[in-house]
Amino acid sequence: MINLAGRDILHGWGKFLFTGVGLGLLIGVTLSMAGIYRGMVDDGQVLIDNSGADLWVVQQGTLGPYAEPSSIRDDVWRGIAGLPGVAETGNAAYLTMQIEHAGKESRAMVVGMEVDRPNRPGAPAYLTAGRPVLAGHYEAIADELAKFKLGERVRIRRHEYEIVGLTRRMVSSSGDPMIFVPLKDAQEIQFLKDNDALLNERARTAANPAFNRPGVPGLLEAVQAANAQSRMVNAVLVRLEANADPEAVAAEIRRWKRLQAYTKVQMEDILVAKLIATSSRQIAMFLVILSVVTAAIVAFIIYTMTLAKVREIAVLKLIGARNRTIAGMILQQALGLGLIGFFVGRLAAGLWAPVFPKYVLLLPGDALRGFAIVMAICALASVVAIRAALAIDPAEAIGG
Amino acid sequence: MDKTSIPAIRIEGLMKRYGTGDAAVDALKGVDMTVWPGEVVGLIGPSGSGKTTLLKCLGAVIEPTGGHMQLSGETIYDGKDGGWRTGDLRALRRDRIGFVFQAPYLIPFLDVTDNVALLPMLAGIDNAAARKRALELLTALDVAHRAGAQVSQLSGGEQQRVAIARSLANHAPIILADEPTAPLDSERALTVIRILNDMAVQYQTAIIVVTHDEKIIPTFKRIYHIRDGRTHEEAGEGRPL
Repeated sequence: MINLAGRDILHGWGKFLFTGVGLGLLIGVTLSMAGIYRGMVDDGQVLIDNSGADLWVVQQGTLGPYAEPSSIRDDVWRGIAGLPGVAETGNAAYLTMQIEHAGKESRAMVVGMEVDRPNRPGAPAYLTAGRPVLAGHYEAIADELAKFKLGERVRIRRHEYEIVGLTRRMVSSSGDPMIFVPLKDAQEIQFLKDNDALLNERARTAANPAFNRPGVPGLLEAVQAANAQSRMVNAVLVRLEANADPEAVAAEIRRWKRLQAYTKVQMEDILVAKLIATSSRQIAMFLVILSVVTAAIVAFIIYTMTLAKVREIAVLKLIGARNRTIAGMILQQALGLGLIGFFVGRLAAGLWAPVFPKYVLLLPGDALRGFAIVMAICALASVVAIRAALAIDPAEAIGG
Repeated sequence: MDKTSIPAIRIEGLMKRYGTGDAAVDALKGVDMTVWPGEVVGLIGPSGSGKTTLLKCLGAVIEPTGGHMQLSGETIYDGKDGGWRTGDLRALRRDRIGFVFQAPYLIPFLDVTDNVALLPMLAGIDNAAARKRALELLTALDVAHRAGAQVSQLSGGEQQRVAIARSLANHAPIILADEPTAPLDSERALTVIRILNDMAVQYQTAIIVVTHDEKIIPTFKRIYHIRDGRTHEEAGEGRPL
């Protein structure tokens, strides 16, 4: 038996192809939305994986350091380092800020890390170029996404930092590139006030009689000095020994150190289920809307194509074509349209993903699921046209 | 025409009523007609006389409301005995009735051969045999040289020949031709009627030609006039083609 759908498609292949391409661009947007969601999850995942930590110790009652502000003393690591099962600790300070460079502003997450010895938790796991930070101040390692070059000097707040190393896929949960600087610098960037604020603060402190009592020399200076420096970090990242139970060590920290400790699983939950939950719902909503729009467009196209063939279908019915032959023709055309649309969409999504401002992660599994959904939508959308075709009276071929 | 054999079509007292009650319209009020194998008869009448309704009833497209209809001696409709004798009217149309329309109504996305071969294929004949049959018919109708052409590449006369070939593709004993010469000039119209006559003789097919065309009416040997839902038969001129 002749494949009527195939012959009809070949007969008007240009029209069919362009329709498929148009549909494909819409499917490409849908696939990109799914890719953006996957990218967000992956950003969160690499943030956790690349930190090199098994536990995140933060301020009690917070979801820090990524989802909520957390502030703890930079010496609490000493108490944690002595706990059984703890192999290594590292203070970390995080600050997302605008950085101006080469006349352009971009968003970046500045990460303060301890540089006294390599492979401290919180330091970048690997470099793609350059060297680690060796100096205690004013050197930085940047993610390639920030588009800095080795040796460039970048101004962050009051100081300039030399880019000594580059790394890859070290991004915040919102996909902003990370810039790693020495911890002391990060503390200064994050906590220190500007000169005017410092002068103002000193004047206020000096005017406070409690700090300016006779018979207590040096009290005011001590208070002023304490106010002028920051001894706070956002989190202590903890790497455990190979056989240590993360939950047990975390429980120990929560109980005895009066701090909050999160395991990797808990941190994943915070980043994926809480931090990007609203974005996920928005994307899910977009996916549903785009799927409905796709279905409506396919239904409309197939319905229009069927109505354009009323006479041919009437002739086919008159000369004895079975309903399943006619329904099969329409269904195959709808699936053909979906097939072209899907491949064009996948190609388009792959082409525009690298220039997207967000990380778009197109997973093969999502593509397969997308393909199945597109074909199901096309099959469902063809039902309207099939009903219309089956309702055509063969007498229309005779007229009268 | 072989009047010693069984008639290809015999209808007696065929009736068709549209609507019910006060809105009822009797389009056919008891039509009688007999057409023999190998015969081409004309069916003529003014607009609204019931020509198309009769054609639709004969083509098993609409159901009559009374009377009796036989194809090749087999009763296919009996108004006194439950109506249609078969539940599969599409198979009846596909296997036993050929159609030629006012316009050729070929399937535009199939080439000439496949337009003709489609009918046998729908009947379950394998593609090779169906195409062989199609080529035989196209040869008989003198359009075999356009076998691979697309429909849009054919002239009006060639399209109508292909439509006639399609109507013969399943060895249908009856062909119903609805104004087959309407879009053609005199010369081509007479050619089409000559072809129909040749095919009727060659394949022993009964052909009913519904027409208004004054040019071709004199060519029929027998004519059924239909007026107000009733037919009466008269001898035609049978002018040689």
